[in-house]
Amino acid sequence: MASAAAAGAPPGPAAPRGRKSVTGTRKAVAALFLLPALVLLGALVVYPIGYSIVRSFSNASGDGFAGFDNYKTLFTDDGIRTALKNNVVWVVFAPTVSTALGLVFAVLTERVRWGTAFKLVVFMPMAISMLAAGIIFRLVYDQDPDKGVANAVWVGVHDTFAQASAFPKAHPGRESPLVAEDGGFVTKAVVHAGRPVALPLVGVAPDQLPDGAEKAAAARPEPAKVTGTTWQDFTRGKGVGRLGAPDASEVGYAGMRIEAVKDGKVVASATAAGDGTFTLPAAADGARLRLPASNFREPYDGVQWLGPALVTPSIIGAYVWMWAGFAMVLIAAGLAGVPRELLEAARVDGATEWQVFRKVTVPLLAPVLAVVVVTLMINVLKVFDLVFIIAPGSSQDDANVLALELYRKGFAESQPGIASAISVFLLLLVIPVMLFNIRRLRREVRR
Amino acid sequence: MRSKSSTFRTDRAVTTLAALLAGALALTACSSGDNDKKDSGRKSGAPTGSTVTLPELNGAHLEVAAVWTGGEQANFKKVLAEFEKRTGAKVTFVPAQDPIINFLGSKIAGGQPPDVALLPQPGAIKQAVQKGWAKPVGPEGRKELAKNYSQGWQDIGKVDGKQYGVYYKAANKSLIWYNAKVFENAGAQEPKTWQDLLTASQAVYDSGVTPFSVAGADGWPLTDWFENIYLSQAGPEKYDQLAQHKIKWTDPSVRQALTTLARIWGKKDYLAGGQSGALQTEFPQSVTQTFTGGDQPKSAMVYEGDFVQVNIGETKAKVGTDAKVFPFPAVGPAAPVVSGGDAAVILKDSKAAQALVTFLASPDAATIQAKLGGYLSPNKNVPVTAYPNAVQQKIAKALIASGDDFRFDMSDQAPQAFGGTPGKGEWKDLQDFLRNPKDVAGAQAKLEKDAAAAYGNGG
Repeated sequence: MASAAAAGAPPGPAAPRGRKSVTGTRKAVAALFLLPALVLLGALVVYPIGYSIVRSFSNASGDGFAGFDNYKTLFTDDGIRTALKNNVVWVVFAPTVSTALGLVFAVLTERVRWGTAFKLVVFMPMAISMLAAGIIFRLVYDQDPDKGVANAVWVGVHDTFAQASAFPKAHPGRESPLVAEDGGFVTKAVVHAGRPVALPLVGVAPDQLPDGAEKAAAARPEPAKVTGTTWQDFTRGKGVGRLGAPDASEVGYAGMRIEAVKDGKVVASATAAGDGTFTLPAAADGARLRLPASNFREPYDGVQWLGPALVTPSIIGAYVWMWAGFAMVLIAAGLAGVPRELLEAARVDGATEWQVFRKVTVPLLAPVLAVVVVTLMINVLKVFDLVFIIAPGSSQDDANVLALELYRKGFAESQPGIASAISVFLLLLVIPVMLFNIRRLRREVRR
Repeated sequence: MRSKSSTFRTDRAVTTLAALLAGALALTACSSGDNDKKDSGRKSGAPTGSTVTLPELNGAHLEVAAVWTGGEQANFKKVLAEFEKRTGAKVTFVPAQDPIINFLGSKIAGGQPPDVALLPQPGAIKQAVQKGWAKPVGPEGRKELAKNYSQGWQDIGKVDGKQYGVYYKAANKSLIWYNAKVFENAGAQEPKTWQDLLTASQAVYDSGVTPFSVAGADGWPLTDWFENIYLSQAGPEKYDQLAQHKIKWTDPSVRQALTTLARIWGKKDYLAGGQSGALQTEFPQSVTQTFTGGDQPKSAMVYEGDFVQVNIGETKAKVGTDAKVFPFPAVGPAAPVVSGGDAAVILKDSKAAQALVTFLASPDAATIQAKLGGYLSPNKNVPVTAYPNAVQQKIAKALIASGDDFRFDMSDQAPQAFGGTPGKGEWKDLQDFLRNPKDVAGAQAKLEKDAAAAYGNGG
């Protein structure tokens, strides 16, 4: 981070070059001063790397040479392959999205009055540990709209356009005259005028029935009309009670839509009254009665953010939330170093704001952007905590990344050989990016 | 399985936090810890109600390691205090972290193993014996065991015929907890058989409440579901064979158990949130959503062991009145009893360590902790009345009544790569099965493939 910040800042005075060290030629003294640092580096960095490499060539118990077996597993094991694939997705999307957002924030905050306050807010997630951020986003992505903010918003938007129906879980009880058809229910037998029809269903809790529902009443026969009742054939605490006939405390399905169907065509339709009774004209005589599927549409329960399909993008979202602020601060620092007169000159020449941004600001910022992207790439390659915490057990496999697989192999499955191989592989992936960053830094310093 | 053995079941994130806390605790315990407990010295004469004779151990010092935290740890310390009072020895409790076998490994490598450790899995005892850490239980301890424990509970503490472990604490994992209000509204009865369970579920469903809450985001409740059905349906012999992978997961008995399981898992309307919702539900939530929401909770029943009480405690429901329990119904000839437990194992042999293990095998020790609640003993001589409430008495009775027919949690016996890793092995395969309960053969094939790989590695 510090190096990247240095890179973003205007170049300072050139480093003194070609001067002898303070202690002159006394190498022994130099070595003495370097010793503590070298010992620490050796013990804490070089030795672990070396040992990991050795370990990656030995078997699970660590007492035999395994050749390239561990590396072979690395590219054949399904779990590791998923992890690799996800890592690629991470490396491509997480840094670019974070940087792009950071750039937008940085450029915009330059122009607003409360820019600093805004920057502070965007940067704030950086002050939270990955673990805490993981727990927060675990809740944000919760499936239950009452808990998860993401789904609360999504379901709210969805429900303003498509309403859920009143009887989502209603279904025929025992010995019912109804059978399921296309998500709705239809009578087994045809109905006749003058003979009241009973359409009992169960499975709607009394307090979930729509407003206006009253005690169910048996329909009265009417000549030349098909009458009937549709109601919740379930008495609280007693079960169905009298099967197929409304009991004293049973409640009608107010607002249930009933269609009379003849040869696949709807010939008449009605809506049940508060007590569940309905009346159909004579045309319904000899038809089957259908309770269409629209009565039973399930309430929309939102997007499965943490399901197998969306889990990786969701976690990347959490990562961007944390790191966009970091990118913004670095880019803003770079932006401060961009000569104002260039921007002014462009504006005077008649460039639009978009052109100024696109043709002047971004190219001038390119070195900073590169540093930010590369720093984030290194960071993303070792991402572990967010994935470990946010992904629920059932989709952890689908959200797997190399660092998590390393942990699982090493500490849960007692396969330290394979875990070491993964770590060496990760090291190999990080090295080119690091070299790039170091070279860039050197160039910056020389400039 | 990291959190599986302890009674506190929290989600992964919280477990991590707990581990960190435990680490912090361990540090403080090292600096000040339990040493401030006054050495009261031995009181002459055994206290009344003592059933076990213990040697005089003035000046002896013992360390006991276990993963217990919070109230559980405090209660266990009271048991240790009683031991101190009776023998004059000084006992220090060392808080350990899961997996305890790794914790002990570092302690032993450092040359300072605790004298006695409480190990949560039979596999861990076996590992400790193979590594030469565990020391056999002496004659006094064995005598006490024979007096108080059924053969089955003695045997799972044995490795190669030698007694190493004394099961001090047990878990009964064959319980279904239900919302009493919902059952009353639906007119449903506590089921005794699988068929009754399905009838009760249908009644609950007809009344407008979803019958079950399944914690599919965690893998272990799913393995426990399967184990109960398999133990009851296929019988204890087959259960043991499958636990040791002597029969394959492609066996017809497994197919039958999975098919039976699919009669509940396969019905979208029987599971709170449907299958996909269940797969996003973690264990603590699966309990709380059953006991919150008045007449309309998200589900009516939740399956898991006695530790469900801990999570019910987070809701307003009262165990015994709002939250009731019935034993897992019989799927086959007999109702299953699947259990778990923690065994005391001696790591540093001494007269004092032997005496402590003997004490832990006695009803005296178990009765003290039973009275404090939240604890279940496999010791058959612990009076049922020692448990503080009717629900715990019922659970304890069911456990003791099973005699030798109980079986230890199968996934706890399996190699960790198969039976105890999130997103892998049995956990993952049963989650996939929950996602698609029609594919019994596919689930069997996957289970067998993973089992073969895990057992093949030598566990």
